[in-house]
Amino acid sequence: MTCTPTIAVRDLRLAYGQKEAIRGISFEILRNEIFGIIGPAQSGKTSLLHCLNRTIDFTPEARVSGSIRVDGEDVRQTRNIFALRRKIGMVAPLPVGLPLSIYDNVAFAPRCAGMRRRSELEAIVEQCLRQAALWDEVKDRLDSLGTKLSGGQQQRLTIARALSHQPEILCLDEFSIAIDPVTTMRIEDVLKELRRSMTIILVTNLTQQARRLADRTLFLWKGRIVELDHTDIIFSGKPANRQTYEYVNGIFG
Amino acid sequence: MMFAITPHVRRKQRHETIAKWVFFGMAASMIVPLVLIIGYLVERAWPSLSLGFLIDVPARGMKEGGVWPALVGTIYLVVLSLAVSAPVGVLAAVYLNEYARDNWFNRIINLAVINLAGVPSIVHALFGLGAFVYAARFGYSIISASLTLAIMTLPVIIASTREALASVPRTFREACWNVGATRWQTIKAVVLPNSISGILTGIILQVSRAAGETAPIMFTGAVFFKAVQKGDFFPYRLHEQCMALSMHLYTLSTQVPGVKESVPFATAVLLLGAVILVNATAIILRGYLRARKKW
Repeated sequence: MTCTPTIAVRDLRLAYGQKEAIRGISFEILRNEIFGIIGPAQSGKTSLLHCLNRTIDFTPEARVSGSIRVDGEDVRQTRNIFALRRKIGMVAPLPVGLPLSIYDNVAFAPRCAGMRRRSELEAIVEQCLRQAALWDEVKDRLDSLGTKLSGGQQQRLTIARALSHQPEILCLDEFSIAIDPVTTMRIEDVLKELRRSMTIILVTNLTQQARRLADRTLFLWKGRIVELDHTDIIFSGKPANRQTYEYVNGIFG
Repeated sequence: MMFAITPHVRRKQRHETIAKWVFFGMAASMIVPLVLIIGYLVERAWPSLSLGFLIDVPARGMKEGGVWPALVGTIYLVVLSLAVSAPVGVLAAVYLNEYARDNWFNRIINLAVINLAGVPSIVHALFGLGAFVYAARFGYSIISASLTLAIMTLPVIIASTREALASVPRTFREACWNVGATRWQTIKAVVLPNSISGILTGIILQVSRAAGETAPIMFTGAVFFKAVQKGDFFPYRLHEQCMALSMHLYTLSTQVPGVKESVPFATAVLLLGAVILVNATAIILRGYLRARKKW
């Protein structure tokens, strides 16, 4: 693991109307690490991801201040937000199979980016479905509907779609809340594989998941950073902050 | 006794039964007026109903003969008005539902659409007379009448299209935005293909409305009588006036003395039949497109 920051957040603040969701947070995410973000509901985890890929733009009442730099470029100043979003793969909590064929689900992003060659598209579709551990189950029915897959399969399809635009950063927002434990473990194995080639941000409210996967873990509470440290230390039984200890051990939260 | 029927339970069951039958009765009573209207009309129209009535031209000062020119005129008006209002309405609805932010200008557009939908047809008629017949110098013509009908159907098409678009879940759009798709790419790939059944149904239902209205075309381009060859499919030019079924029914019933009693009724049956035919098409089309719905 190299230690160059790929994402640098400086004094980020976000409010929906009068309601503050993120109250001034600063941290850095290093290249090729798995960065865990834990915290109870309403702590600003998902809002943070929306700021990162600028999908916060679709919420009209949101006001953002501070900066998020991705490879040195401030995402709030960037001209080409579509290139930004392709650089960041995003997996939402609930699986979303688009009402298209499995093939088109994965080929959608490359097509939007202007790729037309059939051979290239086919190569990407196969590669991404393999990476998401879904290829063997669907290779014979790529033209059937993505929405007809089971929940766990749809979540892996969502991951395949997030990989299809060859992102450098992959964000997973509570990816396991709608799927069974076996599928969850399979996806966790997938993530361990993927970290060789990309930075992974893992937002989760299963603290043990962060413990299993993350190199460093950020504990977010009510829009503020309570603690950010190596995962071993967060879960060591003596983290720097008492609240962290209580949260990861299920005493509050 | 755990499952004994107490007086309270018995009372509940009785109320349940009464409520169900009252609701059912109200719903079922909707059939009665429809059956009565159709039955009455067909019964009175019977002596005149024939294929000849459909393709013949009016004879002897409209007292006898058929309705061919009015039928063709109605088709002209409906097709032309929808050719204008459907694309404009659908595109406007896409803007309002997919692009528009909540600001004062878009609120004005919304307000305009809602108010336009509430304007009575006679007011549309006067507007069409002023705007198309005089100001735009289209004169009393098929163009003026069609445009007036288009203005009248537009707000309803916008409303029904917006409803169809809004039925596509937002999560689909977000998934597309997340992978770097623009709004238009999202609309093209996911939103429109999954709302097309609702959009088409909304448009087709406006066919019957455009065919049935009398006031807007009476002021702008429908005429009492026009000489047309029997069975001629293209009897009118767009800058000329035309006959129309709804107008024909009105004039036969009020302006022509001594007309055979069954003739206006047969005209009404024809108009009603055309409307039912179009609505049935809409229902079948919707069923077909829904069966292909993808989630």
